[in-house]
Amino acid sequence: MKVLKVDAIENGTVIDHIPAGRAFKIIEILKLAENIPVMVGTQLPSKKFGRKDIIKIENTEFTEDQLNIITLLAPSATYVTIRNFEAVKKSDARIPKIIKGLVTCPNTICITNHEQMQTKFGVESEKPVTVRCGYCERVFTIDDINKFMQPIKEE
Amino acid sequence: MEHVISMRDLSQADILQLLQTAAQIENKELQPDISDKVAALLFYEPSTRTVFSFDTAVKRMNGKSIIMAGTEASSVKKGESFSDTVQTVSQYVDIIIIRSILEGAARYASEILPIPIVNAGDGSNQHPTQTMLDLYSIKKTQGTLSNLNIALVGDLRFGRTIHSLVYGLAHFGVTFYTVAPKHLKLPLYIKNDPALANVKFIECDSLAEIIPLLDVMYVTRVQKERFADPVEYDLVKNSYQITSQLITSCNPKENFKILHPLPRVHEITVDVDPLPYAYYFQQAKNGLYIRQAIIATLLGAL
Repeated sequence: MKVLKVDAIENGTVIDHIPAGRAFKIIEILKLAENIPVMVGTQLPSKKFGRKDIIKIENTEFTEDQLNIITLLAPSATYVTIRNFEAVKKSDARIPKIIKGLVTCPNTICITNHEQMQTKFGVESEKPVTVRCGYCERVFTIDDINKFMQPIKEE
Repeated sequence: MEHVISMRDLSQADILQLLQTAAQIENKELQPDISDKVAALLFYEPSTRTVFSFDTAVKRMNGKSIIMAGTEASSVKKGESFSDTVQTVSQYVDIIIIRSILEGAARYASEILPIPIVNAGDGSNQHPTQTMLDLYSIKKTQGTLSNLNIALVGDLRFGRTIHSLVYGLAHFGVTFYTVAPKHLKLPLYIKNDPALANVKFIECDSLAEIIPLLDVMYVTRVQKERFADPVEYDLVKNSYQITSQLITSCNPKENFKILHPLPRVHEITVDVDPLPYAYYFQQAKNGLYIRQAIIATLLGAL
């Protein structure tokens, strides 16, 4: 019998195959763990990646925006919706073509840092992930933009 | 074409169309009339030369202009946001020409305003009308934009005219010889941009070695402010200086031309000016035709 290192959940979402060590950043950015139970496994052995993180979030399914963020932080992540202990929807996370409003432009003289407006980045390449600001046209790496990601605003 | 914001937006067909329109304006085949139009020149960062060029372009077509040169006497000084300023001005005019130190300012204006916007320079990002006049000057002197050997000399790191020119020529399969001081080299994000796959970059140190190969040498100013150490600046200043003696001793090709976006300081000595290779003042004049072509196109006056 397979022994689960992280408890199974009744309803919610499992984000698996997160690069080791990135889980906490995802929790911070998605503002998880504020009111809902979240289980984290970090530095777990993985056949594919050597080490990986896993997050299980109870009673939460993700919006497209949230999914976009996860893929930026963890391009390899997989995403499973759980209902009544069953995996009902499995999807490989996809990097969006356009990222709107989730990332602050790291360029201090970009217009987006001086006006009340939404940022917009186009994804230039997926491996490695690079994005181009739709305004100042500068290109940034995943590490640049991770530093500048903003926690999601409440709707 | 609704706006002219970045060379990255212009297709090869757009570029060739604008070059053709400019040529027709220059030889008076076309005489666009914008006498019922008003243009606003919003220059957050003052630039007398570019203001003059745009203003003349508007007036040569009988248009009228209002000008903000610097922000000293404007509401911007009182803390008005960029979007409020441009939205207000857009109520009065038919086209806005914007220069700002903030990168992406013209793009943002084009998204929120219902009238055409021309980017007259945004920080170190883009300066598409300069690039178009550079392309016009190259086409006019070389007869083509394809398969040319072009040297880029000077500040290749911060110089936006250089960055814009590289993208403008990307459509035409060009070889660039880059000559720059150590910490002012062309940024990697440009060198490695997949959009520039058509372009070849060859880095070199000696001007004398490459001059005989060149069709065009594009020189930019190396600004003293870019150097922490004034001694280093003096060294660099002299090692990249273009003199009449250097040019003539290298036996350049007959079609060889020296371009410079101006203002020039020490990088080209005045004894180069009378040589048949010096083209920078005619290049400035070409800016007029290109800016007329752009404004007339955007206002639908052709």
